[in-house]
Amino acid sequence: MSLELVDLRIAPRDTSRPLFRPLSVSVTGGEVVTIMGPSGIGKSTLLDAIGGHIGPGFAVSGRVRLDGRDLVGLPAERRRIGVLFQDAMLFPHLSVGQNLAFGLPPGLRGRTARRAAVEAALHQAGLAGFNDRDPATLSGGERTRVALMRSLLADPRALLLDEPFSKLDADLRDDIRGFVFDHVRRRKIPVLMVTHDAEDAAAAGGPVVRL
Amino acid sequence: MKVEGRALRGIVLLLVFGGIVLPILAGFWQTARAAFGVMPALGDRTASLAPWYTLFALPGFATSLRLTLVTGFGATALALILATGFCAAVHGRIGPQAAARMLSPYLATPHAAMAIGLSFLIAPSGWVVRLLSPWLTSWRVPPEAITVGDRWGLALILGLLVKEVPFLLLVILSALGQIPVRRHLAQGRALGYGRGIVWIKVIMPQVYPLIRLPIYVVLAFTLSVVDVSIILGPSNPPTLSVAVLRWFSSPDVNRMMPAAAAALLQAGIVLAGIALWWAGERTVIRLGHWWIGRGGRGLSAEPGLWMASALVAGLMALGALALVVLLIWSWAWRWSFPEALPQSWSARNWIDPSGSWYRALAATVEIGLATTGISLALAVAWLEGEQRVGGGRLRWATGLIYLPLLVPQIGFLYGLNVVFLEAGLGGSMAAVIWAQTLFVFPYVMITLSDPWRALDRRLVAAAASLGATPLGRLVRVKLPILMRPILTTAAVGFAVSVAQYLPTLFMGAGRIATLTTEAVTLSSGSDRRIVGVYAILQSALPFAAYGAAILLPSILQHNRRALTGGFS
Repeated sequence: MSLELVDLRIAPRDTSRPLFRPLSVSVTGGEVVTIMGPSGIGKSTLLDAIGGHIGPGFAVSGRVRLDGRDLVGLPAERRRIGVLFQDAMLFPHLSVGQNLAFGLPPGLRGRTARRAAVEAALHQAGLAGFNDRDPATLSGGERTRVALMRSLLADPRALLLDEPFSKLDADLRDDIRGFVFDHVRRRKIPVLMVTHDAEDAAAAGGPVVRL
Repeated sequence: MKVEGRALRGIVLLLVFGGIVLPILAGFWQTARAAFGVMPALGDRTASLAPWYTLFALPGFATSLRLTLVTGFGATALALILATGFCAAVHGRIGPQAAARMLSPYLATPHAAMAIGLSFLIAPSGWVVRLLSPWLTSWRVPPEAITVGDRWGLALILGLLVKEVPFLLLVILSALGQIPVRRHLAQGRALGYGRGIVWIKVIMPQVYPLIRLPIYVVLAFTLSVVDVSIILGPSNPPTLSVAVLRWFSSPDVNRMMPAAAAALLQAGIVLAGIALWWAGERTVIRLGHWWIGRGGRGLSAEPGLWMASALVAGLMALGALALVVLLIWSWAWRWSFPEALPQSWSARNWIDPSGSWYRALAATVEIGLATTGISLALAVAWLEGEQRVGGGRLRWATGLIYLPLLVPQIGFLYGLNVVFLEAGLGGSMAAVIWAQTLFVFPYVMITLSDPWRALDRRLVAAAASLGATPLGRLVRVKLPILMRPILTTAAVGFAVSVAQYLPTLFMGAGRIATLTTEAVTLSSGSDRRIVGVYAILQSALPFAAYGAAILLPSILQHNRRALTGGFS
């Protein structure tokens, strides 16, 4: 698996001044590439462009290639790129288990099979017994872990991390970082992380790109 | 995604244009034809100014015109001043949640029910006099004064204030939420301006642009209101809108054309009224800049604010008492003057052998559910299309939404009815439902827009990254998360539908009776106990809808703490 950005350029349509210099990055499976830059430069917008979530207010040029396939023009739901946000973004109307099941591909049929997949994911996350919990009652670290498992259940070909650790308590951060990085390395998923925390970059251990 | 968003938006715009704008234009066209003497049904095919001469010569025309202008402008200006003063005095002391809870009974109660309750309260034989007699007034029979239907329209203005002040309060409070009021107040006071003066010189200039359209809606409403005016306004001559209705329903067909002319004039009055108000705004802005520029600290605005708040509190108390007295009358059996409470109570008022209130109730519910459902579906489609295409709402689209609230109903409903009758659709349930949707949809759209846009877009992005299609994201993520605001919106729509008077009257061609049309008809001179039953039922429906909007999410989505409407 690989994720490749070639001369990616994002400019707001009203000013046409690009947010940053054209960006070329190549991420191989299991590698975590960190993108750093001051706040407001458009790090989240960059991830939006890669994931297909960007609004019509921006013009995007250049190439985004996933496993050699160009993604430009493909809607977000068909890109198979997972995303992990700062606030985990668990769906507040669903239980923890239902959130995980939301990520499961529809091809996995049968209530028991789906339930088993969810339970296995909970177990891996050290959250066995959390199936029926309200996401609002989870701690920050637990939420991040559920969000990661939800993304992984959808079997993504790449993962984007949008400062997913910045809101966690300092003593928890190492644990959760380790949890996330271990999982993606084991599954050989290419990961692109944006952050303004140098420790995140050091823990990721991969190349660092500055915008 | 963008292409299909455009398609969706196109379909919605087409529906709104074909369903709202065109019919209003067609209605005005028919009214205008009749106003200039063209009524093929009566054999008149040549245009003339004769209806206008007839109209100007009709007895009481000038008084009606004056009454309309005085009550319309008076009620709107007073409501704005009182609501502003109240907000300035209590802001920061009452949380937005508590304020919304306090206001919702006033917003939910239909105009007609509130007006009937007020008339039971302030009439010479009303509850207020009963409570004070004979120990204070020594009256054993009701005094000979005229309080309801006075010739200056004071009771009418009061009735309008009881409904419009809470509406403006809600609008102003939600606008204040978008402004850093606390910091501006601190800044202004640090510069030596009194609290009240900071409100007038700093806060209000920021609030006004946000509430301008709702104020125009209030102005258009107070200038053309019919039901409240029938109940509380003077009857001979009445306000212009009531006069128009009387001429339209007069057995004398010769009144038809002058009535159409008056309906057109009514539309002109509202348009000119809004234009005049707008010109007034310009003047106030210019004077205001000069006044602010002088830098006067004027520490003495505080008493004015407190007086405004006291008056608002008084209006609220009147509104609450009006609802209580309706309830009392609907259960009273013998209640002679000057007893403070009925001498005997009975459920007999509610026994309805002919089933008339039951039929009206069923029709009201049916129409309310249908209009709310249609409006909600249209609003969700509109908002979803807007979001998929991206970018903000276009100015003219906002205008389109507000249009039905800004043009007077009586101006085009008559003409519209003519169109419907010619198409063989007059007097049907469908016609009433559709006509009411014209007025329900704007409120539904206005209520749902903000919560819809406040939904964290990252939630939707997360769903998309997990493979959910646009429709899947709508059905599985957005709608359930927004369940609470959607149900609140539905309650607002239902309440608006229940309160509709003219659309039911005109498009139902007298064949469809709702609680509102019955209550207004009965209000003139019928047994207070029966009127009380209708008015209570009429206000109970919106209350039930609001109650369901609060209860249902707590039942269906219990154990989901973060579900407050998708705000993160």
